[in-house]
Amino acid sequence: MDNWTTTPFEPWAGLAGGILIGASVVLLLLTLGRIAGISGISAGAMTKQGFERHWRLAFLAGIILAAIMYFVFWGGFPVETQVGPGWLIIAGLMVGFGSRLGSGCTSGHGVAGLSRLSKRSIVATLIFMSAAVVTTNLIRHL
Amino acid sequence: MKALVTSLFCGLLFGLGLIISGMSNPARVLNFLDWSANWDATLAFVMGGAIAIAAPGIYWVRKQGSPLFADKFDIPTSTTVDKKLIFGAAIFGIGWGIGGFCPGPGLVAVATLQSDVIIFVIAMLAGMLIHHWFQSKSSD
Repeated sequence: MDNWTTTPFEPWAGLAGGILIGASVVLLLLTLGRIAGISGISAGAMTKQGFERHWRLAFLAGIILAAIMYFVFWGGFPVETQVGPGWLIIAGLMVGFGSRLGSGCTSGHGVAGLSRLSKRSIVATLIFMSAAVVTTNLIRHL
Repeated sequence: MKALVTSLFCGLLFGLGLIISGMSNPARVLNFLDWSANWDATLAFVMGGAIAIAAPGIYWVRKQGSPLFADKFDIPTSTTVDKKLIFGAAIFGIGWGIGGFCPGPGLVAVATLQSDVIIFVIAMLAGMLIHHWFQSKSSD
């Protein structure tokens, strides 16, 4: 099977983006005292009240604003989905439910959790990385 | 107000980081997860760069006593690896491996207004609400 979109290996762009993500995590902890975990922020923006809801909505608005800025100044960015809408519904439900059940996703566990050497985050990251690698390879090569 | 503006700025930095690194493109994420001929290792550099900043940054911030706009740090303290963590991470990982979207990239990509990305994000938010509903039912 060769009908998957190929992407170039861009270590410098990766490092630069990673540094911004790391800076965001540090700044949110320094100012609001919170861990920038996107699954927790998204869920809390829907289920919490008052300030607990508002700071999360502000963070999400910032994420959307980043995308809008990219469209305005640089004409957008590629989002090339590789599976159909049926698969994306299943993927979305699993990402949403699983990240809440496991108390975090790639940001909260994978970046912030690993950075503070949290045992739970190290275990969670090893599990979701392995599960993702196995799943992608099964779908693409079976 | 200061807290909300800072939070918005943090979200902006985070979103820009996702786009610059190409994590907003599920093709790139899946090409990291798929260890075949066209392997794209960029994601490892994103995590490496983020941790290189966050690890010393978090260490330094926690020595500051308290955050600037809040009374205290709100950092998870549990060290128990339970079934919820294991199954949750596994379910999340499978979903990530199917679509190539985790929550941050899904939210940043939704601004393209591509119908399949909107479908993914609605399903993701629904999955979170389903979890919330189960959790509030089991704690009744």
